[in-house]
Amino acid sequence: MLNFELSTEQKEIKEMAMKFARNEMIPHASKYDESAEFPREILQKAWELGLVNTCIPAEYGGTGFSTVEAITITECLSYGCMGMNTAIMANDLALLPIVIGASDEQKKRFLTPFTESYKIAAFCLTEPGNGSDAAGIKTTIKDGGDHYVVNGQKMWITNAGFADLFVVYGTFDPEQKHKGISCIVIDDPKAAGIEIGAPEKKMGHKCSDTRAITFNNVKVPKENLLGNLGDGWKIAMKTLDHSRPMVAASAVGGAQCAYDYAVKYAGERIQFGKPIASQQAIQFMIADMAMKLEASRLLVYKASWMLDNGQPNTKLASYAKAYSADACMEITTNAVQIYGGYGYSKEYPVEKLMRDAKLIQIYEGTSQIQRLVIAKEIFSR
Amino acid sequence: MNIFVCVKQVPDTETKVTPNGDGTYIETSSIKWIMNPYDEFAVEQALLLKAANAGSTVTVVRVGGVKDTEALRTAMAMGADESFLVESDDNLDSYMTAKALKGAIEKSGKTPDIIFTGKQAIDDDCLQVPQLLATMMELPSVSVIVGFEAAGDKLTLKREVEGGAIEVYEASTPCLVACNKGLNTPRYASLPGIMKAKRKPLTQLSLADVGVSDADRRVVYSDFSLPPEKPPGKKFDAMDEGAQAGVVKEVVGLLRNEAKVI
Repeated sequence: MLNFELSTEQKEIKEMAMKFARNEMIPHASKYDESAEFPREILQKAWELGLVNTCIPAEYGGTGFSTVEAITITECLSYGCMGMNTAIMANDLALLPIVIGASDEQKKRFLTPFTESYKIAAFCLTEPGNGSDAAGIKTTIKDGGDHYVVNGQKMWITNAGFADLFVVYGTFDPEQKHKGISCIVIDDPKAAGIEIGAPEKKMGHKCSDTRAITFNNVKVPKENLLGNLGDGWKIAMKTLDHSRPMVAASAVGGAQCAYDYAVKYAGERIQFGKPIASQQAIQFMIADMAMKLEASRLLVYKASWMLDNGQPNTKLASYAKAYSADACMEITTNAVQIYGGYGYSKEYPVEKLMRDAKLIQIYEGTSQIQRLVIAKEIFSR
Repeated sequence: MNIFVCVKQVPDTETKVTPNGDGTYIETSSIKWIMNPYDEFAVEQALLLKAANAGSTVTVVRVGGVKDTEALRTAMAMGADESFLVESDDNLDSYMTAKALKGAIEKSGKTPDIIFTGKQAIDDDCLQVPQLLATMMELPSVSVIVGFEAAGDKLTLKREVEGGAIEVYEASTPCLVACNKGLNTPRYASLPGIMKAKRKPLTQLSLADVGVSDADRRVVYSDFSLPPEKPPGKKFDAMDEGAQAGVVKEVVGLLRNEAKVI
């Protein structure tokens, strides 16, 4: 049985998310890219319509969507603005470890508030000295008697400046490498010892809030630890199986947007007395874009479908993440090329897409790390 | 209150319309259907009225093809309670449509306190169904409504007329109100709303169920064709200052003698 058709409800969900992207995101994307302001009003509106926190199960007040539905929404929101989508997707990235590794009581305590009002979450894994080498993190989570004590510095944390909840990875013993890694929830953003840095100035995704965070002897209740000490690595890896298809879907959304602009413009731009779309050089670029876009989308859907059907999807998730991020970079770059001089101007929408695309090759595991994961899956089995 | 909304499913506004093979209608096979945009204002006003009157229900009625029920599902995802579809793949005229809508409203078993419609459908632009339906149901009607206030059974309705002037009407329910752009901002169907809509009742009826037959037909659509292609425009070069006076004379002459617009 092979079926490439979305269900009626899934089509309606896609339609609605696309309508939101076109009406509420695209008209404001350039303004927020310019001001680098956090688009709280737009995010709030998206939350009211159920477009945020799609990973929360129905029993905790969420929509209870499958991964296929979640990535369908992500693609549309990223079509609207890759930067705004990062702010939305970062919530899922932070809440997924809770969905995956928390007890029932913890899920009620941490997830349900996110379904009652618009709240912001931040996933804190990367450190100044540890990005791709996540197992080498230096932040410590130590037993302080009736609580845990968190110490360390985190870097490039999305949503950091506005977060109501932090999901923090640390180690109880750096010697134990990945076996020491643990995951704890800080649901009091005002807790003593949390220092939030200034917003980073970035190439793209400018309206998404990115900062460093320092934890200085932050006391966290014992009941906020997910699983046991040392469970963090396992939780993080499972989180990536969910989140990588989502990030890959955001690449598809950005690429689709660039593709749509490029096709439209190629049909309108007259050179040598005819639309440039009639030139084979442009046709080949558009054909390559279309192929890679469709291949990306199929990989994203397959990686998600496998997860929904309980199949190990680590390899497919990395295929999808690496392929669609690289394709998005190429497609957005060629959209600028097709627009020519206009494409390089901020008066036109495509240069922003090219800047935004770059980050998707970097965050959530670089394109190179994805290839390492893929090779490891191939040779270790 | 028993609130009714009549909706129509129309081709998406970006559709490139072409006549079908024998020219009796447009080619519908590849059309993406949407709810008639004016009907969205009608649905929104119905939902606002429901919210202000506890215990009210919003029932949506549509006549048309059964293959795609986009308009009804959208209305229910926005918050309407139930819907009735009179199934017809034929291209009904306005009279048959109004009669079928009346039949479906009667089949619902509820007596309408108010019926909302869009002021017109954006596909055939007939602007007849709201008035025909009101007449058949022996209800007063006001169309092109941009303002709606209700106090009990008394309504204050603002109607846009030529030149942008506003007429204010007082009406009492039961009545029919046909809505225009500017009346409200239609809400999005939320994701939970879309999921809930799956479980809301959608009753299908046939034309025979609502007492409509081909004997009711007043208009036969016989020939659809595309308008003739526009002849290419004329370009004048007035870059050279010395030539400008001559160009102006030529353009004025053409506008007067050939285009006959001045």
